[in-house]
Amino acid sequence: MNRRNGLQTPSEGTARTRRYLDRIARHDGELNAFLHVDGEGALAPAAPGPLSGWVVAVKDNICTRGQKTTCGSNMLANFVSPYDAHVVTRLRANGATLIGKTNLDEFAMGSSGENSAFGATRNPHDLARVPGGSSSGSAAAVAAGLCDAALGSDTGGSVRQPAAFCGVTGIKPTHGRVSRYGLVAFASSLDQIGTLARDVRSAATLLTAISGHDPRDATSASRAVDDFAPQGVRGLRIGVLKGDLEREGNDERVVAGIQRAAKALEAEGATLVDVALPSAAHAVSAYYLIAPCEASSNLARFDGIRYGARASAADLRATYEETRARGFGPEVKRRIMLGTYALSSGYYDAYYLRAQKLRTLIRRDYESAFASCDVILGPTAPAPAFSLGERTDDPLSMYLADIYTLPASLAGLPAISTPCGFTEDGLPLAAQFVAPAFEERLAISAAAAIERSLGPFDVAPRYADGLPRSLSAGAA
Amino acid sequence: MTEYEAVIGLEVHGQLNTRTKMFCGCSTAFGAPPNTHVCPVCLGMPGALPVPNRRAIELAVRVGRALDCELFATSQFARKNYFYPDLAKGYQISQFELPLNGKGELTVELDGSPLAIGITRIHLEEDAAKNMHGVGGETLVDFNRAGVPLMEVVSEPDLRTAAQAEAYLKKLREVFLFCGANDGNLEEGSFRCDANVSIRPVGQARFGTRVELKNINSFRFVRLAIEFEIARQTALIAAGGEVVQETRTYSDARNETISMRGKEEAHDYRYFPDPDLPPLVLPEEMLARVTVPEQADAIRARFVASGLSSGAAMVLTSHPAFARYTDTVIAAGANAKTAANFIQAEVLRHARTDGLEATFPVPAERVAELLALVADGTINGKIAKDVFSQMVTSRRPPAAIIEEQGLAQVTDRGAIAQVVDQVLSDNPSQVAKYREGKTNLLGFFVGQVMKATQGQANPKVVNELLRERL
Repeated sequence: MNRRNGLQTPSEGTARTRRYLDRIARHDGELNAFLHVDGEGALAPAAPGPLSGWVVAVKDNICTRGQKTTCGSNMLANFVSPYDAHVVTRLRANGATLIGKTNLDEFAMGSSGENSAFGATRNPHDLARVPGGSSSGSAAAVAAGLCDAALGSDTGGSVRQPAAFCGVTGIKPTHGRVSRYGLVAFASSLDQIGTLARDVRSAATLLTAISGHDPRDATSASRAVDDFAPQGVRGLRIGVLKGDLEREGNDERVVAGIQRAAKALEAEGATLVDVALPSAAHAVSAYYLIAPCEASSNLARFDGIRYGARASAADLRATYEETRARGFGPEVKRRIMLGTYALSSGYYDAYYLRAQKLRTLIRRDYESAFASCDVILGPTAPAPAFSLGERTDDPLSMYLADIYTLPASLAGLPAISTPCGFTEDGLPLAAQFVAPAFEERLAISAAAAIERSLGPFDVAPRYADGLPRSLSAGAA
Repeated sequence: MTEYEAVIGLEVHGQLNTRTKMFCGCSTAFGAPPNTHVCPVCLGMPGALPVPNRRAIELAVRVGRALDCELFATSQFARKNYFYPDLAKGYQISQFELPLNGKGELTVELDGSPLAIGITRIHLEEDAAKNMHGVGGETLVDFNRAGVPLMEVVSEPDLRTAAQAEAYLKKLREVFLFCGANDGNLEEGSFRCDANVSIRPVGQARFGTRVELKNINSFRFVRLAIEFEIARQTALIAAGGEVVQETRTYSDARNETISMRGKEEAHDYRYFPDPDLPPLVLPEEMLARVTVPEQADAIRARFVASGLSSGAAMVLTSHPAFARYTDTVIAAGANAKTAANFIQAEVLRHARTDGLEATFPVPAERVAELLALVADGTINGKIAKDVFSQMVTSRRPPAAIIEEQGLAQVTDRGAIAQVVDQVLSDNPSQVAKYREGKTNLLGFFVGQVMKATQGQANPKVVNELLRERL
């Protein structure tokens, strides 16, 4: 990010913020991307910094001091965090304007945005379709031009899959790259905060601002933060997941999109090699054990004793039961029960431990694949955005929406989803790049190459009017 | 008739002597107003994450080394899941499959012979908060204690009697104290003991059904609770009954154990590695730096070797600060035995211990100065006690007090001889009796001379002159 290309004066910043606030007022009624908009806070002067003038939305499972953090749950409907998440502190320090908190699947559990206790978010490209999830509001807000960029969280694809459905870029960094301090935990070993923006460079710039060691997160990496700005791809070896492309159940338009992306990379000087991740076929099984196991423990703190909703009941046990029965929605309950069961005495080895072994196998698959390539290209999701209500009664088909994002999550690797075209009826298609640990820049560079050849991919067409100019250097 | 023996294993929770909590920066100080030493981490606020306390790890490594435990360079924090209002996160961070320390040993002395007790493991964990019931019919929770670092020392089931258990606990407490790791305070709960007790016919290898005794807050009660439990189980089995696996607590008012909960109410804790905390890898630098301070047994042996009685050595190692104090006095030049006697008789009367710290009325260096003045004959032992009393109140150096009050002893033979002659002529009948053979009257004459000189006469000279004249 280069300030000469950015904001000229502080008043220009305020004017930009006002325009975004107007756009939210005008469009968010139909989209339901925001749970809270902080007009007053957004118009207060921001600190000068590399993100001066940037209007950023934050997923509502990331704590913001003095403002609600609901996690899309009735359990925390009125919860106000006493502190800022590390990433929020970083955004403020870098001069960003925080405009509000975005909708999500309850506690980040879902792939469509429909699991929010505060209503589903709609896809800006087609209001009858889901925006993907769980960072549904962040993806929709960015796609509809209600902010410059947004933070999401990605546990099994929750940044990448909604980015794909909404036609924006979403980055999930390496596990440990961004501090999780202040991210309300779903599955700690998988959760990572990521960024969403309408162009690759903006998503990368935002990532640079929030990355780096934080002593308050014991899993935070102490590696120095690179400049994530994209580079050329000449000579870059792109591994193509042939198996994923040939898999039954893929939408053929998605496959065509990936092939288009591969050609575009070749044209930019990259070389293509076939790679395979044999164990990735088990990623869904492994993920839907590990994530619920961790969730069952992480969500135990929501007991109504210290904060959040408390049901009044006759005794302690009934208080717990009533509080949690009323506070959590069905998908959260399903995962808590699944995880509690899988961790129970007598089942631990068969479920949790075996899932962990699968995780190791997947990690090794990536290691051998990266022996012959620098980044791996494949689809982000098997199909474009599906219709609202289409899968709500079928959790398994919903879980399969994550089939291509889960392996990188389980391996803790950085991954990016970026648009690579549209279907005939205007639904975004996306490509996913996965890079070795802490090599975010390789995935970002590959995504930027696609954007150069096949883009630009900007705001969803129906919201194109009156969009503030991007502040990101080199953006469209 | 079948003879039975008890099998006892102990689990001791010791609060580690750190300024801050196990996973956050909050103070561990005891007795603050409720919920003042809290933060998002120890309150289990959404999004808060734990970061291990290095100092706590070092102290547990130190204790592990003192108990000859196998030290694991890589261990793992695990979550113990259960619901209770005193448990902020709905789980306690502990260690399960991979503790910090593995097998070790503690040798206790009982009836003059050594007894080695196996240590199974030592692991790190965090304390729970404190529920306060019955405040206006409500339960209130104080989270000041939540997250305070604990080490749990688990013994092998090597103990057979209540007396052995008590000896083990006292010895373990001493190790904790001399490692500077734990203040050994049972009343405040910084040293807590649970006992697993079962009985079996003598000669049977298999263990009987065990009962866990919880929340016993004194060494005496541990002994009484185990004694009661052994008797209860033995009577039960002798009468053809069976011991039920359960958790019991001890009522000192009734001197009996009372059932708290049965096996069926036992939790499935669903332990799993805490994904917020990477494996705990001990840095080489820490392993090199953490050494075990000199332990009480070694100090006692050293004291005895320098001439102290074993009783004196015992008293002076009853607290690490006493031992340090004694060492400082001796290092400053005092005779070991003289120093030990003086500290025991005078200093410890005024000393106050507070956990691992102790406050003394007078710095050790000043006591050394005082004893030096006795050694060089400036004052005698009796005057030294008076000077010490004044040092306690006035905090002034001994030399200044002696100088100011003219307390230096009289060694002038001529001056003392005058007094001796006076005393002998004042007490003719005692002189006669002495000369008839009642030589133990010498003490009487010495006392009279000392009285007449206000204690300042050199006792050695007094003795010599009296003997000459009598």
